Amino acid sequence: MTDTKKQLRIALRNCGLIDPEKIEEYIAQDGYFALGKCLTEFSPEETIAEIKKSGLRGRGGGGFPTGLKWEITNNVKAEQKYVVCNADEGDPGAFMDRSILEGDPHSVLEAMAICGYCIGADKGLIYIRAEYPLAIERLKIAIKQAREIGLLGNEILGKSFNFDIELRYGAGAFVCGEETALIHSMEGLRGEPTFKPPFPSVSGYMGKPTNVNNVETFASIPVIINKGASWFNKIGTEKSKGTKVFALAGKINNVGLVEVPMGTTLREVVYEIGGGIVNGKEFKSVQTGGPSGGCLTQNFLDTPIDYDNLVEAGSMMGSGGMIVMDEDDCMVSIAKFYLEFTLEESCGKCTPCRVGNKRLHEILEKITEGKGTVEDIDRLKVLSNVIKDTSLCGLGQSSPNPVLSTIANFENEYLAHVEDGKCPAGQCKSLLRYDIVEDLCTGCTLCFRNCPVGAITGERRAPHYIDQSLCIKCGVCFEKCKFNAITLT
Amino acid sequence: MNTVSLIIDNKPVVVKKGTTILEAASGIGVHVPTLCHMKLDDLNIENKPGGCRICVVEVEGRRNLAPACCTDVHEGMEVNTHSLRAINARRTVMELILSDHPAECLICAKSGDCELQDMAQQLGIRKIHYPGEMSTYREDTSPAIIREIDKCIMCRRCEMMCNEVQTVGVLSAINRGFSSVVSPAFEMNLDHSECTYCGQCVAVCPTGALTEVDDTGKVIRALSDPTKTVIVQTAPAVRAALGEEFGMEPGTLVTGKLVTALRRLRFDHVFDTDFAADLTIMEEGTELLNRLGKHLAGDKDVKLPILTSCCPAWVKFFEHHFPEMKDIPSTARSPQQMFGSIAKTYFADKLEIKRENLVVVSIMPCVAKKYECDRDEFKVNGNPDVDHVITTRELAALIKLSNIDFNSLPNEEFDNPMGESTGAGVIFGTTGGVIEAAVRTAYELHTKKELPRLDFDELRGMEGIREATIDFDGLPIKIGIAHGLGNARKLLEDIQAGKSEFHAIEIMSCPGGCIGGGGQPYHHGNAEILKKRQMAIYKEDKNKTLRKSHENPHILKLYEEFLGKPMSEKAHHLLHTEYFDRTE
Repeated sequence: MTDTKKQLRIALRNCGLIDPEKIEEYIAQDGYFALGKCLTEFSPEETIAEIKKSGLRGRGGGGFPTGLKWEITNNVKAEQKYVVCNADEGDPGAFMDRSILEGDPHSVLEAMAICGYCIGADKGLIYIRAEYPLAIERLKIAIKQAREIGLLGNEILGKSFNFDIELRYGAGAFVCGEETALIHSMEGLRGEPTFKPPFPSVSGYMGKPTNVNNVETFASIPVIINKGASWFNKIGTEKSKGTKVFALAGKINNVGLVEVPMGTTLREVVYEIGGGIVNGKEFKSVQTGGPSGGCLTQNFLDTPIDYDNLVEAGSMMGSGGMIVMDEDDCMVSIAKFYLEFTLEESCGKCTPCRVGNKRLHEILEKITEGKGTVEDIDRLKVLSNVIKDTSLCGLGQSSPNPVLSTIANFENEYLAHVEDGKCPAGQCKSLLRYDIVEDLCTGCTLCFRNCPVGAITGERRAPHYIDQSLCIKCGVCFEKCKFNAITLT
Repeated sequence: MNTVSLIIDNKPVVVKKGTTILEAASGIGVHVPTLCHMKLDDLNIENKPGGCRICVVEVEGRRNLAPACCTDVHEGMEVNTHSLRAINARRTVMELILSDHPAECLICAKSGDCELQDMAQQLGIRKIHYPGEMSTYREDTSPAIIREIDKCIMCRRCEMMCNEVQTVGVLSAINRGFSSVVSPAFEMNLDHSECTYCGQCVAVCPTGALTEVDDTGKVIRALSDPTKTVIVQTAPAVRAALGEEFGMEPGTLVTGKLVTALRRLRFDHVFDTDFAADLTIMEEGTELLNRLGKHLAGDKDVKLPILTSCCPAWVKFFEHHFPEMKDIPSTARSPQQMFGSIAKTYFADKLEIKRENLVVVSIMPCVAKKYECDRDEFKVNGNPDVDHVITTRELAALIKLSNIDFNSLPNEEFDNPMGESTGAGVIFGTTGGVIEAAVRTAYELHTKKELPRLDFDELRGMEGIREATIDFDGLPIKIGIAHGLGNARKLLEDIQAGKSEFHAIEIMSCPGGCIGGGGQPYHHGNAEILKKRQMAIYKEDKNKTLRKSHENPHILKLYEEFLGKPMSEKAHHLLHTEYFDRTE
């Protein structure tokens, strides 16, 4: 079981504990108390000061100080402003936002209202992917309930503060998690990013100042108001305060969501909370930061997790994906896998991301097929750095991270592919070779009869032979042989 | 503080706040290369998606490279436009673009006039280090425009033109990542879309992805057919731009050389669309006065303002977008089609040949004219009034192909009867010209007095929407002018909302009018070229002895011998048309 002592639930505080379809249960957990406190005790500026003091940074991946973002938006003078909740959770395997929206939707609504109060907005929009039907359903219920008892709508809690929230549905494009792309998508335009500045806080949805925060960021707000910034900023590291939710996945015994204080080490997450590697295999790498994060080796296991340490280590916080890999994983294939994702999800607007990632992927494919050269590794590095340096948005600026970090940390594996024609993890099929050891083969014909492509020939009771040009490396012969006469190299 | 001090390539610069690195650099003679960026000064047209990433420069202290075209300068900024890092990145990005671009330069329509080719040269690309799979798309041919999307580099200029400037909304980016491409919705063919064929996408495409349909072969075949009499008309804007194709300064008038070249191409008669423009004024001006007269007499059914109808892209635009207003534009055919109609009746009769044996070729600054001549209402028993349309660019190619040294040609005069024109016909080539020509005639027909002046400066210029009130001897006539379909849309929406007070509105689809047409020599984003062409047009007008359409003796003779009077039944049959609702 998960070691719960290492965990601290702030964003997930109510998930699984209350009935998300009953506003009373949320209220019973001090729900909407923070909103009331802000409206009655704090001015918007004081509230912003509190959030700034808490040290909360954006949980969507960027890590931008939340209070500062609110302050900037508040300082822009405009008739109409918007609060947007980014619920376009797109990292493969990540589902922290979904869990919060399904398990505690009011925490997000409350925080959005607080944000609206702080920046002078009376309208909130939640951009949520349409693939989250239950989250949508629960949000609808929550919005309706909050309106019914006057926690959304006009003159909230009898104050001259109006705020209401609407849902906007996304079609699941990863790039729409980028705030400018998200805003374009909400406006009915093609979901692709534009150059910043102007930042949304100055010119966002419909050209109006817009504050965009991620679900987990919002979910942390009411607690900060209730318990105070000084309580919150005691948790975590010097520059990263509070907790972070991670979606633990891969070759680990306890998969699922975990919420830990910033500064917890990767080792604690992997071995203590995650319960170590499946089947007692050897840990090889942990990939953080979603598809464009980096793969870290065991050298980084004792690194305290925070925004800056992860970047320094060559990865990033991202929205909190954490995928553990063991000795059976080929790091070249892993890099290729992530690139396949970004390739698919690139919007195609800027050249380096559109064409550069395609070329990176092609080179990786060449390497995993055993056709790569040492020069290809250099080309990967050079091209990766140019893509990072020249791409328009965060997607392209980080998409080569899996390539660069696997080369940096596992260069020997790349070299094994290109110099020796071997995949050390035995994952790259093109580089596998099945042979029959003459002395051990009894000529039972079992392999011959099971080979799906007729690559095995030989007389009964005489040693058999595999035609390498026909072999598709399916491994059936290897599994069927009762005499261990087939080797895999 | 409204100024910003910074350093670019070791040079201190002081610029206005809000200036981009690109503009600041250009001010001190540092020309950062760009590809997707395009700005037409004074026309309010700018494309800066920041997509190509060719213009990246190194900014001291910044994590990544900055796109110069869309990064504003800030105080104390230190920019290095040609550091090793910037050059390497720029060249790598260029290699990436080229790695997905067919290397068909030798046989590409754009070869020698291609911004991508120039940029590859400028950046010294000699090898592509990142070869790989290339995008493949089918070619899309329409009556006017060919899309060879394999050659698209996603600069999005066409999309900006189609959506923001023209508000036609046909072209947009579809698909994602490496499969992204600019296309009509659902990868529909252009001829199934609401494309107006204005050709502004072609005019701004930096590569050969969008080009005009090449009809030079048809013209060469017609000219080689001994059974055909082949005549040619040339639009006003052509003479103000053709010289550019032969290395002349923009704004050089080449009317005389143009006539000589056409004669040497062995056209049997070299005529002028300006003649038909004068004819258009007779019809359209009369129509305006008729409608105006009824309106002043209190007729509630009469529709005002009257809208010009010379521009085929504009016609197709309102047929798609404002079909309920199709009774507002003048019913007068465009000058090209009036010419064709008169050529195949009046002139064919004079030559005593059948219309089938007379081939009418147009030289147009426009690609939409290719579509216009193909419209069914401009055909008699399947035989079109205008057989072939070639653009200014195609004519230049034809001249080169026919071994004619254009620059050394002597000046010759147009043939008659359809070569005589007035200055009023000439100014059809620029925004504001048609309505100015109409005013010159309508004023005199209405007031029976001579115009006190001929230059109406209040109707001229490059502002997207202009308005002026012209005093018709005590009767104030309110005139509106729009160029660019987005501007036209605004005036139409005003009419729809009952807010328009204009009596007459001139609309041209292309920014600048025909001088900026999709068939003209490429301006490559230099708006100065358009302004120089406009000046050339007004110069030609000024040089003319006759400057009012109703004084063109051959027009008067045409009415006398053939048409009767403006808006006569015969004129109606030959010179007017109807419009269709294309929303179904």
